[in-house]
Amino acid sequence: MALDLTLRVWRQSSPQDPGRFETYEAKDINEDSSFLELLDVVNEQLIEEGKEPIAFDHDCREGICGSCGVVINGRPHGPAGHTTTCQLHMRHFKTGDTITVEPWRASAFPVIKDLVVDRSALDGIVQSGGYITAPTGAARDANSILVPKTASDTAMDAAECIGCGACVAACPNGAAQLFTAAKVSHLNLLPQGQPERWSRVTQMVDTMEDYFGSCTNYGECEAACPKAISIDFIAMMNKDYLAAKFKDQRRQGQG
Amino acid sequence: MTLETPARVELDAHIPEGPLADKWQNHRFKMKLVAPQNRRRFDVIVVGTGLGGGAAAATLGEMGYNVKSFCFQDSPRRAHSIAAQGGINAAKNYKNDGDSVERLFYDTIKGGDYRSREANVYRLAEVSTNIIDQCVAQGVPFAREYGGLLDNRSFGGAQVARTFYARGQTGQQLLLGAYQALEKQIDAGTVTMYPRHEMLELVVKDGRACGIIARNLVTGEITRHTAHAVVLATGGYGNVFFLSTNAKGSNVTAAWRAHRKGAYFANPCYTQIHPTCIPVSGDYQSKLTLMSESLRNDGRIWVPKDKDDKRSPDQIPESDRDYYLERMYPAFANLVPRDVASRAAKRMVDDGYGVGELKNGVYLDFQDAINRLGRDVIEARYGNLFEMYENITGEDPYKVPMRIYPAVHYTMGGLWVDYNLMSNVPGLFVIGEANFSDHGANRLGASALMQGLADGYFVLPATLSNYLADMLGTSPEPVDDPAFAEAEQEVRDRVDTFLSINGTHSVDWFHRKLGKTLWDYCGMGRNAEGLKHALKEVQQLREQFWTDVRVLGESESLNQSLERAGRVADFFELGELMVRDALHREESCGGHFREEHQTPDGEALRNDDDFAYVGAWEYGGPGKEPCLHKEELVFEHAKPAQRSYK
Repeated sequence: MALDLTLRVWRQSSPQDPGRFETYEAKDINEDSSFLELLDVVNEQLIEEGKEPIAFDHDCREGICGSCGVVINGRPHGPAGHTTTCQLHMRHFKTGDTITVEPWRASAFPVIKDLVVDRSALDGIVQSGGYITAPTGAARDANSILVPKTASDTAMDAAECIGCGACVAACPNGAAQLFTAAKVSHLNLLPQGQPERWSRVTQMVDTMEDYFGSCTNYGECEAACPKAISIDFIAMMNKDYLAAKFKDQRRQGQG
Repeated sequence: MTLETPARVELDAHIPEGPLADKWQNHRFKMKLVAPQNRRRFDVIVVGTGLGGGAAAATLGEMGYNVKSFCFQDSPRRAHSIAAQGGINAAKNYKNDGDSVERLFYDTIKGGDYRSREANVYRLAEVSTNIIDQCVAQGVPFAREYGGLLDNRSFGGAQVARTFYARGQTGQQLLLGAYQALEKQIDAGTVTMYPRHEMLELVVKDGRACGIIARNLVTGEITRHTAHAVVLATGGYGNVFFLSTNAKGSNVTAAWRAHRKGAYFANPCYTQIHPTCIPVSGDYQSKLTLMSESLRNDGRIWVPKDKDDKRSPDQIPESDRDYYLERMYPAFANLVPRDVASRAAKRMVDDGYGVGELKNGVYLDFQDAINRLGRDVIEARYGNLFEMYENITGEDPYKVPMRIYPAVHYTMGGLWVDYNLMSNVPGLFVIGEANFSDHGANRLGASALMQGLADGYFVLPATLSNYLADMLGTSPEPVDDPAFAEAEQEVRDRVDTFLSINGTHSVDWFHRKLGKTLWDYCGMGRNAEGLKHALKEVQQLREQFWTDVRVLGESESLNQSLERAGRVADFFELGELMVRDALHREESCGGHFREEHQTPDGEALRNDDDFAYVGAWEYGGPGKEPCLHKEELVFEHAKPAQRSYK
């Protein structure tokens, strides 16, 4: 079935431009197409009319690279839940709908143009400790490290984060707790992650606080997360953070 | 039109002397080193941050080199390696099922239909085991057994289980491992990261690669970057077809710009069509989605025996189904290599046995596996893939079989490199999918991740050091050198041209047309007549592109149409070279299937007497024909035989 829709899209030519909504009609949209394919169609229309197409980030269109992400009718990645914008298909809408499309709204994610924002603050959090130090070539045989299946599976649940930033966009405080907790938990749950466990959580949380708002347990982040990453990981991170602060780091050789 | 271009120079691959199994270790000892305190005196540019580029930049930075890393995405973590689903091969033999370095080597050579270089493939198999060790040390959460040991699964073209995996997101987890190591080096100051930057020209001075010209995609600023060596890790060119499983941004521009500056492009006609993708459903479609090959472990592929069977699949009894892969290839059955599985599916659909509304797919059925193992086991193995399938098609694969059809997925061809992964332009190294080296005419599943990481973590850091050692005490070329000014001017002229044409059709309009021509005539099946037709069509379309494309906006800010225009312009030139290469290779091998050359039962028929070589093309200049160079392939260990998976 084909859909006729009205789109209200945020247009902003540069970070300095205050920006505004513009309205476009999108007719005869295939319900099997994805939301980004809808934007493609609108863009082709705009180019034909001699207007600049809407800028939006996207790449893999398979829901894994984390590039895409817009706020659709007030919800990051739209109404379907646990999906990325590229995997949101038009069968979730009906003909006659008016759809409002905005960029991520968060002070840590300044708008670059239209629906494109700067998410480099997330890379900054990873730089501060989101890794296990393992110089190339120094590793021992992989099977000499036993990892209990439950630990490995839970670490994988956290590691599935695609870094899209929907959690930040959904949070009334613009906090990045879910993103940070996912990386901290992935690494802190594994035996390989233990030597840097306490320094990692401290540095990553402190860096996060430099850029992002504070968590007040709204839980909106979990609902918006395309990978359904659990807020239990935030609790895990907070526990480790507290423990790290109380521990005598010097005695552990990390002082 | 004549395309028989005589080979001018035999290419020297610099394969080390000695027995196959000792070549890499001997070579490592003979190569020169750069002492730790001297490494900071060298600048290296790495373009691309996927498994190859990310691993290389992180490793080189950690060794102490000054690295400049570039990616067009907003973060290095988004490179397209992230989308690899199924797994990564390694000859660990943890399953005690008879695997070894020799067997992985042999499977890869045979899988590549005897069109790859023995020494490279052996080295790849050899370092495969180090990769798994390295990734586990980094915290990659590979799937595990209850006892805490690593789990394995099987992939196409192998009779052992040697594939390591992290659910259906192996590429993501491996890339995040490399990305995290890279971010650590960025923090340490050894790597300077340039995200949202696109390389638009290679700078060559006195025959050596000495830098690049890049465009800042946010501000439009065009900048010069100099270094002692340039590494391209910019992936494959599957998007030349417009519809492929590649990310939308994946492109050939960096490699093509290097080709125009003298680097040979090898075997461009070797493109891999992956057998298990979701079939096309309409004209709006912007990309195709892969369903991991791992699904063939438990899924059975079939079509109805009757072309006109209108029943829903669950109503069709066993006796009316044709499990054609099991019938034709009993030894490997549903796990035959990708090229074989793709061609078989094409034959079924071409003969009218296709399923679905558009009759453009075949069934991949999990009912047997669900009955045997239970839904929980299948969900644990493939849950995310099933979810993705349902998201896209609106059908539940736990209840009805998936519909699948082949789609463009990977390109075995790429810039020519020697054993040291250096192109014929000194100082220009090419790694991962961007080079041509290890997969011959067909890549086996779970081997792309292996090659990217082998090149990035283990091979390049050693061979690059060997190259740099001779340059100790030299400074990189100054960026005010005329070579840089000239290259920058070329970039500016191109940008200005795109913005001034102001024609009638969008960039995507042209890209779709180019893709359709190539898919129709240079896709899964090719013949001389069709290829000649395609050559003309591509040339005409390209001329139209340069006079009729419409690129709006300006160059001094984010302009995605402008970015795409540059990429599609290069795809036109590459597309033409692909067609020429496919036309000149009068044989069928792996992903290159010339309909004139097949066995009576429709299998690829190689011509080892005349075509056991790498075809490396030299750029001839605008509007001129390229020149073919040949690297003869010598098989001392894996003697070419007709591939049989029966």
